[in-house]
Amino acid sequence: MQADTIITPSTLCVKDLPWQIAWDKDKCTLCGRCTAVCPMLALELAVYRKRVVQPPMGLEKPPENTFESFYGVRQKTTPDNACVGCGMCNLVCPNDAIMPMHTDEADKLRFHNNQGGVPRRRGGRRNDPAGILDRIKFTRISMLTDPALDAGRHKFELTTLLGRVLPPEENLKLQREQGWIPPVREIYPLIIGGMSFGALSPTMWEGLQMGVTYLNEQVGLPVVISTGEGGCPPRLLRSRFLKYVILQIASGYFGWDEIIHALPEMKVDPCAVEIKYGQGAKPGDGGLLMWHKVNKLIAAIRGVPQGVSLPSPPTHQTKYSIEEAVAKMTQSMYMAWGFRVPVYPKISATSTSLAVLNNLARNPIAAGLAIDGEDGGTGAAYNVSMDHMGHPIASNIRDCYLNLVKIGKQNELPLFAGGGIGKRGNLAANAAALIMLGASGVQTGKYVMQAAAGCLGSETDRCNICNIGRCPKGITSQDPRLYRRLDPEKVAQRLVDMFLSFDTELKKIVAPLGRSTSLPIGMSDALGIDDYRVAERLSINYVV
Amino acid sequence: MCRLFAMTSDEPFSPLVAAKALDVMREGHDGSGVGLLLSDLSGPFEDLKDAPVLSGIFTSKGLKKLDVYMMELGFTTKYKVTIKAPKPSPPGIPQRDVYLIRAYEYPDEWHSYTSERRANELLKVRLDLRAMGQAEQDMIVFSFWPDTIMIKEIGDPLTVVQHLGLDRKELMARVIMAQGRQNTNYAINLYACHPFFIQGIATMTNGENTAFVPIREYLSSRGFPGYTGYQSDSEVFAHILHYSAYKLGLPLEAYKHIITPLSDDEMEDHPNKVFLKQLRQTCRRLIIDGPNCVIGCLPNKALFMVQDRKKLRPGIVGGRPGCWVFSSETCGLDAVLPDRDKSMDFQPMHLDTAIVSSDRQEVHICRQTQSLPQALCA
Ligand code: SF4
Ligand code: SF4
Repeated sequence: MQADTIITPSTLCVKDLPWQIAWDKDKCTLCGRCTAVCPMLALELAVYRKRVVQPPMGLEKPPENTFESFYGVRQKTTPDNACVGCGMCNLVCPNDAIMPMHTDEADKLRFHNNQGGVPRRRGGRRNDPAGILDRIKFTRISMLTDPALDAGRHKFELTTLLGRVLPPEENLKLQREQGWIPPVREIYPLIIGGMSFGALSPTMWEGLQMGVTYLNEQVGLPVVISTGEGGCPPRLLRSRFLKYVILQIASGYFGWDEIIHALPEMKVDPCAVEIKYGQGAKPGDGGLLMWHKVNKLIAAIRGVPQGVSLPSPPTHQTKYSIEEAVAKMTQSMYMAWGFRVPVYPKISATSTSLAVLNNLARNPIAAGLAIDGEDGGTGAAYNVSMDHMGHPIASNIRDCYLNLVKIGKQNELPLFAGGGIGKRGNLAANAAALIMLGASGVQTGKYVMQAAAGCLGSETDRCNICNIGRCPKGITSQDPRLYRRLDPEKVAQRLVDMFLSFDTELKKIVAPLGRSTSLPIGMSDALGIDDYRVAERLSINYVV
Repeated sequence: MCRLFAMTSDEPFSPLVAAKALDVMREGHDGSGVGLLLSDLSGPFEDLKDAPVLSGIFTSKGLKKLDVYMMELGFTTKYKVTIKAPKPSPPGIPQRDVYLIRAYEYPDEWHSYTSERRANELLKVRLDLRAMGQAEQDMIVFSFWPDTIMIKEIGDPLTVVQHLGLDRKELMARVIMAQGRQNTNYAINLYACHPFFIQGIATMTNGENTAFVPIREYLSSRGFPGYTGYQSDSEVFAHILHYSAYKLGLPLEAYKHIITPLSDDEMEDHPNKVFLKQLRQTCRRLIIDGPNCVIGCLPNKALFMVQDRKKLRPGIVGGRPGCWVFSSETCGLDAVLPDRDKSMDFQPMHLDTAIVSSDRQEVHICRQTQSLPQALCA
């Protein structure tokens, strides 16, 4: 370094960054693809100077120097351009000449990615790859006292209910009297969690909708998908495929103008309406769609101007109390569809979940409760919310379930768990564990992006730039140059693969437990864990 | 696996008949216990049809406690059979002081009770006695109900019946249910022995209910004091039937639709599709799982048999007008009714409920795909 170089506090070197680029001069053909593809513009063309010492043989001539230059790639060190480890450079390099490597110690970038006083924002999940769900084992195995079932040959009933289920006495009475019985949907217990049109690219959305339709109409799995907060494309609203869609309404009410206007023209009812009060990734904070992604189409669907950030308020502004939120909002949503569509709230897991649950239990029509744990994903949020706010899902769902058991309403108000399911790839095992802890079903979004579209994000902070619209896979971008990378047909196909394999794995779990006639909701006697305190906390078996 | 045997006959018969049938099927049980339910009683109990009968095992101390308690409630003894087993007991059978079967006269004020209230009070007395006996194990109470006797004991069924001298005329009955137990738990608790009984409804099972824990949680949270105990995963079968009959007012034909509902495909063409779909949803927590053959008896003395969804356990019904047998295996049936028309034997499959009503004329087969009684779905 030259003595007069100005070093600012945020002047970083490559070593200070979380991801460092290993570039191989000998393999590089200088094609420039890596620099072109890099979403962070982290790579630039570099001219390197090289001194070559040429000592001649013998003593006659003195040694000589020559100075050469060569071309290559250099990694930028400005915080805005720091490599995020996405690996796209590696993907496009014809010669495998480049690869991001994770630093061997805590990086220094973390102290500087708040330039201009704006804290770090990003997408993805909480940066913590561990979790309790993977440690739960299924320990009750049928063998001789009752024959194990055959996951491949026996028939399994694995659907679940979404909707307010009345107690049997009341249901039979209303049937006799031909009274109103709340609508209940029989759906597949793995729900594609709310990822909005806007957060996701049009190709990703299209692919997911196609996949869901195929699963329902060709495979026979009644899979449903939540829209997230961002409305729904007008043609989908007026199509017969709306029945596979859960319309989400959240505090920004984005897209609801369009939905309300489409009401008279809807051919079928949506599967359900989800009122989002909270999200596991950023509890207590509203949705966020950053300006980068608000293009003409998104602006039209959401009914907003182009190119402005869209932060939803942290709470529904018109509601000042839980009773009001539960009663008024649920009721008005029910009313909008003539009491034919189940309406339920989604909250972020919190130590106050039980209070919400109890209010819902007293409300006669609330159709369920979705709880999103701290490991839930998001398209955009403040890093501090993602990494530090929220409640783990396992104990939250367990407490809620056991509370329902106590008041005898465990069949009446279905609980749906979300947040970190399949975080380490074990989707079916995590889902089954939560179901046996008491969830009626699970929601996942991030896993779907990873499995169906090849999302590169990870909990060791790889990529996670979904918020700025430069998703290198075209999953969370509104830039046609990027989202054209994603073929909707292929997304649909991968989604079907994902659900089929999930279904097989779920059967491989429930069959040895001797369960096939119904989804084993609350079958906690099948669960064990090698941590005494966790076992106590979750009321499951302690096994070592 | 356990072995089950039940018989209903115009002619009263002895518990020994059932014990012998279980003995024929001994390969299927390890002689670790036997449970007997006698109903539609003859002999001295014939004239006491309305008097509640208490059945249980007592120590001398327990007996005194019982007398004090019952006297305080205002019950007076009408008739009793006290069985004192000879000493010493054969190997494998514990030594007990008294097996008591006692018919009571209701307290005066009970006569004005509605039948529902009376049933609930009888249940309460049984549960109280059971709780009182828990600490010192001096009272084990199996049933307290008119026209019903229950005896349960550890040991080989035939040996127990002979040792206790149950082949006696006071214990002749027209309906007997018996289970020979295969112990799958280590400690044997008599409260875990089948048949299970609640307010005139009894069931016994050969199987394993893998959905036990959620069902137990559901029943326990119904707010009905009788849904308790659950020393055995099979006890819920009796309680589900009780819930369906007493709380929901559904006939036996609906029982199978609750414990093993039809799938969507099977329901597609069913005349009661709407009703059944609602029933499946609203009673979802009562769906059973695992291999189970259930034999049961209703307050009207009808006997029935149902199988689990996959029909994983054996079970056969056969006989002739006036006498029908429900048995785990054909050899048990052969042992009792060798001369029946075997071509008419019936093995209920995964959709069937086989019912013999108290007139004992025929085996009525009810398939889940058939329409339900009209009154139900109106
Ligand atoms: S890994 Fe991704 S962000 Fe890093 S240099 Fe390569 S393309 Fe750019
Ligand atoms: S690949 Fe796209 S969706 Fe996945 S973490 Fe990166 S930016 Fe987000």
